[in-house]
Amino acid sequence: MKDEQAYITAYSSVARRSACRNGNIVFQGDENVNTGDFLTSLYKYLGADYPKLYKMDNLSRLGFLAVELLLTGRNLSENYNPEETGIVLSNANASLDADVNYMASVKNIPSPALFVYTLPNIVIGEISIRHHFKGENAFFVSEKFDEAFMHFYVTDLFSRAALKACICGWVECFRDDYKAVVWLVENNSREGALPFTIDQIHKSYLLSNGETNG
Amino acid sequence: MADLKKQIIAQLNLKDLKPEDIGDDQPLFVEGLGLDSIDALELIVLLQQEYKIKLANAEEGQSVFRSVRTMAQYITDHQGKSTA
Repeated sequence: MKDEQAYITAYSSVARRSACRNGNIVFQGDENVNTGDFLTSLYKYLGADYPKLYKMDNLSRLGFLAVELLLTGRNLSENYNPEETGIVLSNANASLDADVNYMASVKNIPSPALFVYTLPNIVIGEISIRHHFKGENAFFVSEKFDEAFMHFYVTDLFSRAALKACICGWVECFRDDYKAVVWLVENNSREGALPFTIDQIHKSYLLSNGETNG
Repeated sequence: MADLKKQIIAQLNLKDLKPEDIGDDQPLFVEGLGLDSIDALELIVLLQQEYKIKLANAEEGQSVFRSVRTMAQYITDHQGKSTA
């Protein structure tokens, strides 16, 4: 096993009607809009031109848009093979938001279009399809964001040479409570990169969306 | 075709998409609206529920579901001739 330093080359967050990249607010939604409306307005702001977003559940839309923001100006295929880029995400409520919607549809005719989103790792699939990533991926469920575990898991993937780049983070959505914070971690440093450490993950997680450090 | 677009949006749960956002000739699958095989099932159900039309064979789906216009044409051609 190699023990090489990895780097956070970008991070983004989407929460409380705000979208931030590297700690800077880039978009703010209107007040009193629900999760779906806010995510639609963010999608239009980003100009992603990806109509499939309309059929996604809110968890997938949230993760998808957080990664769109994260990869602004980057095309990872220029630096890495598809198998070298992976995704590791986590949240507390898994796919509960989609589960509740699907259960409501069961009262009439169960909807396959809703059913396919009743797993949290579908958001990883949507991101992978969009960016043609084929590397290792995993979705973990924990009560709170566990910086130490995320650092351990991603570092292990790098040290085993399974990945050279990884998008990792927290993507949580249940009704109108949503928060995504994602990091782009690479084995090569870039201008402005931060060391991929537990402390740095913790700091950027708190600083995202204006939370105070401490 | 506007009604058909509304039905597609409702059937597929295309949140926040408006009928005018779907072009009459826009591909429904892959590079167009991004629908997939699961959505094809939903469209088959839509034809059966709303128009009492059952696809004669699965291979027809590729041409029938190419766009809203091709769906509308299929419905026009087959309404009242249900094989169900």
